Amino acid sequence: MTDGRWRAWIDERFPLDDVLESLRHKRVPHHRYSIWYYFGGMTLFLFLIQVGTGALLLLYYRPSATEAYESVQFIVSRVPFGWLVRSIHAWAANLMVASAFAHLFSVLFLHAYRRPRELTWISGFLLLLLTLGFGFTGYLLPWNEVSFFATRVGTDIAATVPVVGEGLLRFLRGGDDVTGATLTRLFGFHVAVLPAVATALVAFHLLLVQRHGMSVPPSIEQRAADPGTVRSIPFLPHFLLRDLFAWTAVLAALAALATFFPWELGAKADPFAPAPAGIRPEWYFLWAFETLKHVPPTVAGLSGEVVAVAAMGLGALAALLLPLLAGESPRARSVVVWAGAAALLFLSVMTGLALRAAAP
Amino acid sequence: MTHAEEPARRGVLNWLLGLWGGGVLASIVYPVARYLAPPDIPEAAALSTNAGSAQALAPNSGRVVPFGARPAIVIRTPAGELRAFSATCTHLDCTVQYRPDLQRIWCACHNGEYDLNGRNVAGPPPRPLDPYDANVTGDEIVITRRA
Repeated sequence: MTDGRWRAWIDERFPLDDVLESLRHKRVPHHRYSIWYYFGGMTLFLFLIQVGTGALLLLYYRPSATEAYESVQFIVSRVPFGWLVRSIHAWAANLMVASAFAHLFSVLFLHAYRRPRELTWISGFLLLLLTLGFGFTGYLLPWNEVSFFATRVGTDIAATVPVVGEGLLRFLRGGDDVTGATLTRLFGFHVAVLPAVATALVAFHLLLVQRHGMSVPPSIEQRAADPGTVRSIPFLPHFLLRDLFAWTAVLAALAALATFFPWELGAKADPFAPAPAGIRPEWYFLWAFETLKHVPPTVAGLSGEVVAVAAMGLGALAALLLPLLAGESPRARSVVVWAGAAALLFLSVMTGLALRAAAP
Repeated sequence: MTHAEEPARRGVLNWLLGLWGGGVLASIVYPVARYLAPPDIPEAAALSTNAGSAQALAPNSGRVVPFGARPAIVIRTPAGELRAFSATCTHLDCTVQYRPDLQRIWCACHNGEYDLNGRNVAGPPPRPLDPYDANVTGDEIVITRRA
């Protein structure tokens, strides 16, 4: 069959031409803040890398307390390129969290959450929470000393949630303690539940991005005499090629990180050994870890831990609902910028303090 | 720049773009292909194994025992003779069993039948079962792979 007949055959069954045609007309605004448009795509690329390398790791990984550590050891020492696949999975997880945070704060500071993109922001914020969930559930899977105690501490924090805390703790741990049952459970979340939810949310998020196009920051919009006159470039091939270039750069950076700084496996978890010194969570949870260290035991007659966890929960809820809480006026926008800057400062200072405390 | 130069320049750029894409693709496909092939785990090839009590194996009965990583079947014929074979059906890798009513070794998956010498006599199996040597030391049956 010739190329044209193939196209006609497919087009009769699937509207490929419509899709291509709309892509051909799609344009992306081009201005001094355009660089921030690339972080969403970069997060998506890293998510795809996680799906691919995760599927590869599943071929050899065994989710049980007696075999998990040995199977990861087998992957990194015996399977050809197993060390590379595992290191890329671990590094890409960290870059994905960083890229998602960069995306979130750039969207916040450029006010891209405004009407009609409220649902894009909300689905994006939920995706960030899911990313953190992926990080938390994946951390335990190698069943090493550090991850074992980090999971004990992390799940214990869940117990401070008022009313449902105890139940939540048992739900997360699959019992009263972190055991092989916890490993199997978190494995299930990590490879089945979270990917299913994340895939659906990513599809929804992307659909909305396609539907509304890229948001133009208010400052750029005002400078242009007429909103329609903001400079733009075609999506095909200009923006796509730039996207691909950024993705290749990320891939190269990942390969370099994985090769020169391979992810350590550490010692196998021993539930009856004392916690080793320097137990701390992954860097993206450090701010919460540090905050809990600074909260006094009791605040206004309540347990300090409960107050801190409640405050973090309220902060997250406010961030989730930001587009509904923030008004359209320039004054409201400047409140959002200051609140965003304060949040960023708080996260940075707390993470910095935790890192300094951990430094030898 | 003349119009004649334009297609040549575009051709070179497209070629470079293809080279870039091909290089990226190859650097992903090669490690993944190597990763997918499971590493060889040298299996200790068992040369002999104990197959339990000889007394307890009545005439016209059989017993499946592990031999290394695979199963073997030891049978006592109605005449009282001990024989041992690989228990892996030569048709599609199921594990066979002894059928006293047929006085044959039988595979449940596709109704394959082997006689008391391990020869494929009915059903789909294409080859006889691999024979092993069965000897008795004390009361213990010892199965040995033939050299």
